[in-house]
Amino acid sequence: MADRRSAPATGTALSEREPLELPTGLDRHVAPVAAPAYQPSVRTSRPSALARRTRRLASRAVTKSGAILLLLAAWEVLPRVGVFDRVFVPPLSEDLVVWYGLLLDGPLPEHLQASLIRSLSGFGLAIALAIPLGLLIGWYRPVADALTPLLEVFRNTSPVALLPVFTLILGIGETSKITFVLYACSWPILLNTVSGVKTVEPLLIKSARSMGLGPVRLFQKVILPAAVPAIFTGVRLAGAYSILVLLFAEMVGAKAGLGYLILDTQSSFRIPEMYAGIITISALGLLFNLLLLRIERRFSTWRTT
Amino acid sequence: MTTTAVTTKIGIRDVRKVFQVRDAGEPFVALDGVDLDVREGEFLALVGPSGCGKSTLLDLVAGLTAPTAGEIVIDGTPVTGPGLDRGIVFQQYALFPWRTAQANVEFGLEAKAVPRRERRERARHHLDLVGLTGFEERYPHELSGGMRQRVAIARSLAFDPDVLLMDEPFAALDAQTRESLQEELLRIWDKTGKTIIFITHGIDEAVYLGQRVAVMTSRPGTIKEVVEVAFDSRAGDLRADPVFGEYRHHVWTLLRDEVAAAQVLERKAATSRG
Repeated sequence: MADRRSAPATGTALSEREPLELPTGLDRHVAPVAAPAYQPSVRTSRPSALARRTRRLASRAVTKSGAILLLLAAWEVLPRVGVFDRVFVPPLSEDLVVWYGLLLDGPLPEHLQASLIRSLSGFGLAIALAIPLGLLIGWYRPVADALTPLLEVFRNTSPVALLPVFTLILGIGETSKITFVLYACSWPILLNTVSGVKTVEPLLIKSARSMGLGPVRLFQKVILPAAVPAIFTGVRLAGAYSILVLLFAEMVGAKAGLGYLILDTQSSFRIPEMYAGIITISALGLLFNLLLLRIERRFSTWRTT
Repeated sequence: MTTTAVTTKIGIRDVRKVFQVRDAGEPFVALDGVDLDVREGEFLALVGPSGCGKSTLLDLVAGLTAPTAGEIVIDGTPVTGPGLDRGIVFQQYALFPWRTAQANVEFGLEAKAVPRRERRERARHHLDLVGLTGFEERYPHELSGGMRQRVAIARSLAFDPDVLLMDEPFAALDAQTRESLQEELLRIWDKTGKTIIFITHGIDEAVYLGQRVAVMTSRPGTIKEVVEVAFDSRAGDLRADPVFGEYRHHVWTLLRDEVAAAQVLERKAATSRG
């Protein structure tokens, strides 16, 4: 997983820098960069190389998507041949047709919008609150000493256990759901930010101090940039949580949203519509994660593995 | 006294440094009674057995820690904290991995509030000085160890300190890269006229680079002897010169007893812990 994530990044970084001219005799000092698996090189555009690359890409595509294609095929075929009951597991094609219908002139966009607003609000608020708090805890020892026990208690309290409390205090409206997402998303961001600040290489701090940097500049020019990759890892995890936990809240008490759609269609036996909801959630989660992964990669190109 | 005071750049006066060790009853005396004058524009090599407090002494001169007793003066003014009049080069480079070579060199200039355009020019100039033209936009992880250390040297030179403090800067490099960097450092020193304190555990390196070699005792560290090193000519293979061998042997003899003493200390510490 780790090298699959980093390989294309290395490839593009390398090709961007390739035209750079090396002073003669110095090029042998260039650190050996691990050969990227996928390298969109500009220079090797001869037909044979192109063909070879296409073949390699194709074989990679087959390897990577094989399991998914198998799942989709099974979903289509097994209900048709009677392994699954078609009523409970309709073939994929039927679900997709229903999904398309719901998307064009059904309630799907409305539910999607409701869910997105809740998750993004909770997620955004978590970023706005947890990053500064994490920086404070990571940087100021007294703050860490004072807050760590309390945070440990809450961290080990499942958000699901607190949902009834949020509902009691904040009502069954949007506020309690957004708070619920905010709570669940805060932990990965907070903990990663704290560890990002705490694990800054001491030598870098020493080096910056030797150049006369005061505490504020030191924080701004060394601690913060050094912690950025860790913070983004937390943000990406939180992004996944924001959708996962929201579904639960919407299943417990809501009149709109994808979680409501899934539970409501199940209980009123509109099974293909239920699957349409599940497919939407799955696609949404994947897209969101992909987007955050892109952003994360952009901010941590310097991080060596 | 008055004549030497004029040319003394760094004065280390009866410096003592004691660390309070956690859980241990007795304090840890790293340095005791260190007296050393470094002349203006001098290249001073500092050798000593491992754990003798060489790096502690460098931290004190850098102003990163304060001496328990005694004082350190630079140009007659006591050191009270770190400053851009001194640049440090560390063994592990200490480059900021999120900054390119160029931006790393600019770091000290930003701290000095040099305007952006001048920053860029000075960084380019100093990267050129260490032979890294064309590598400005590389990140540290894209550079070899030798090149990273060149960037670190360029960074320390760029903000134009009077004093360069180097803590075993070439220890992590392979022999060939080390030799070429040694030569380059001498060239740069010649060109810039900086005062350099160069810590090393290599006797050859100390004799090759230093105008004087200060030998430290084992812990608690103090200066055992300062050896003046002078060659009639540095042309050719200096290390093969019989005079080089004599200096080398002299420093080696001074160090041998201290290294043995340091090993006894280490063993004692290990057994008392175990």
